[in-house]
Amino acid sequence: MPQMSAIDRNTAAPERPALAALEQEVLRGALMKMHLIRKFEEAAEASYVRGLIHGTMHLSIGQEASAVGSILPLRIDDYILSTHRGHGHCIAKGADPARMLAEFFGKETGYCHGRGGSMHIADIEGGNLGANGIVAGGLPIAVGVGMSIKAQKQDRVCMVFFGDGATNEGAFHESLNMASIWKLPIVFVCENNKYAMSMDIALSMAVRNVTDRASAYAMPAVAVDGNDLPEVAAAARAAVARARSGGGPALVECKTYRIRGHSKSDRNLYRTKEEIETWREADPISRLETEVLTHQRFTRPELAAIEKAAQQRIDEALEFAKASPDPDSAELTRDVYAD
Amino acid sequence: MPTELAAPEVATRELSYAEAIREALAQAMEADERVFLFGEDVGVYGGAFGVSGDLLQRFGPERVIDTPISELGLAGAAVGAALTGMKPVLEIQFSDFVTLAMEQIVNQAAKIHFMFGGKASVPMVVRLPGGSGTGAAGQHSQSLEAWFAHVPGLKVVQPSTPHDAKGLLLAAIDDPNPVLVFEHKLLYKTKGPVPAEPYRVPIGSAAVRRAGRDITIVAASIMTLRALAAARRLAAEGIETEVVDLRSLRPIDFATIAKSVRKTHRLLIVYEGVKTMGIGAEISAMIAESEVFEFLETPIARLGGADVPIPYNPMLEKASVPQEDDIVAAARRLVLEGIA
Repeated sequence: MPQMSAIDRNTAAPERPALAALEQEVLRGALMKMHLIRKFEEAAEASYVRGLIHGTMHLSIGQEASAVGSILPLRIDDYILSTHRGHGHCIAKGADPARMLAEFFGKETGYCHGRGGSMHIADIEGGNLGANGIVAGGLPIAVGVGMSIKAQKQDRVCMVFFGDGATNEGAFHESLNMASIWKLPIVFVCENNKYAMSMDIALSMAVRNVTDRASAYAMPAVAVDGNDLPEVAAAARAAVARARSGGGPALVECKTYRIRGHSKSDRNLYRTKEEIETWREADPISRLETEVLTHQRFTRPELAAIEKAAQQRIDEALEFAKASPDPDSAELTRDVYAD
Repeated sequence: MPTELAAPEVATRELSYAEAIREALAQAMEADERVFLFGEDVGVYGGAFGVSGDLLQRFGPERVIDTPISELGLAGAAVGAALTGMKPVLEIQFSDFVTLAMEQIVNQAAKIHFMFGGKASVPMVVRLPGGSGTGAAGQHSQSLEAWFAHVPGLKVVQPSTPHDAKGLLLAAIDDPNPVLVFEHKLLYKTKGPVPAEPYRVPIGSAAVRRAGRDITIVAASIMTLRALAAARRLAAEGIETEVVDLRSLRPIDFATIAKSVRKTHRLLIVYEGVKTMGIGAEISAMIAESEVFEFLETPIARLGGADVPIPYNPMLEKASVPQEDDIVAAARRLVLEGIA
């Protein structure tokens, strides 16, 4: 649709700066990716419940704004490192949901040829250096990526995602310290969803905010509403720009919430239904849609079309995954070593 | 008389094991700007054992990097740098400290190539000074190489000579996989012929250091030197010993071991790591599972580290790992009495 002028929008209040900073096509892309992530995870969950896939998965439903907003200012040649709850990061960085779902199904056509599964999807060509099954596993790797970027005199940035639980690991502290002393081009994005599996951050952290920990490493840090895509994008944009221009690392804490349990074994014994309902009302996708409707950036039919296109893409991805061949067990030990 | 095998290359001069490693690092950094060395005290200090020496002065602080004491972070940094186009060489100051870095080496470095479907590789090298004999006691004297030889995706080498220290390190730096180089602290000052030009000792190839017909001793690292000294004494008694220097634990050169055992019909395995569940158990089992088993005239014998943390007292420390006298006695028992 054609770009509307501010006058045409004819709204009661002007757009807040974080939303105004998002150009129409950028906003459309962000909405599409949030829907893709949501539909992807719903499809994965449904496939699991129906016994079509095995293993486990960690769903990020409710955290889509954190993934999409953080990655919005990145270039295709920038790097990300992700977590066990990493489908959103992967899709946000541009991965093909069909090859992701094929990996879920353990198929040869998956990103890892069925060798990695949900927790190890990497899209090397797209700059995604991998999800990680170890809490805080990606943080030290990010330090090395930062060293590599600097040594090769590139203007790339490495963004590393981790949860609140990871900040209690030694790897977090070692990594922030090294990134800071060497002024590495790294953006640390903490997706603080309040619980490390069942452990409440109020009980596990001696400080109130993850950002409080950055001061020990002389690192700028900002906490944002992680369910607010424009705010997340604004914070990430500033951190990425700083890192890219040689200013060194920064930390962004996205305060968010996972609507689903930690994994498939979770019986929600550590939180109340009321709490979950409260956060459901702060759903990042519907929040953004309401706001863009208010400001007439999109019409209802346009938003419905975006959602429908996302659903269609995931439906096709699911068919591709189901129809794909399993790996050949004669190739069991393939790729243990590089040649 | 048994023959001492000549060094495989023309020797132009003698270097110490530490100097040979330093030369390998320097030549690798000269040849390839992606190579860099980092670790605790590798720069200004020149390395806790003096291995890096003047490399900081020669290559500058961007390629010889002093780091905080953060082994886990450093191992992960090696993974990240290797994933994105660099060839990091990480020095773990004492191999014992690798316990702090296990996560990144075992869960990340070893598995990335496989788990990512072959689409990324991790060409990193970790140098680890190990072994007992310095009076440093239980947390600075271990031989942990077998742990890593247990992990698919890693390669593990243990040079015993200055020649191999240089050649294996250059091969490790070339390798597209994570390679752990277990150096031995007592070997750093030992000297031997080292060619001046860069060369590679293939990873996965053992070396027959001495030919003999009565017994095969398979040894690794410093135990190769002790086995050779023992072999000279045994020769005086008329026992001719073949000494196979493993050099690589993973991949292991079983063909060379099997060929030797076929010839001598007796096998003694000598290693410094704890004997229980160690590399000797693996080699014994490989022989037992192979057609070479029927060539054996005696049981297989193993000499390894005692089931004890390395003690501080020098007498106890010596008693905790195989010494030359132990090797002589074990070989004699096997050849003359047929018992392990």
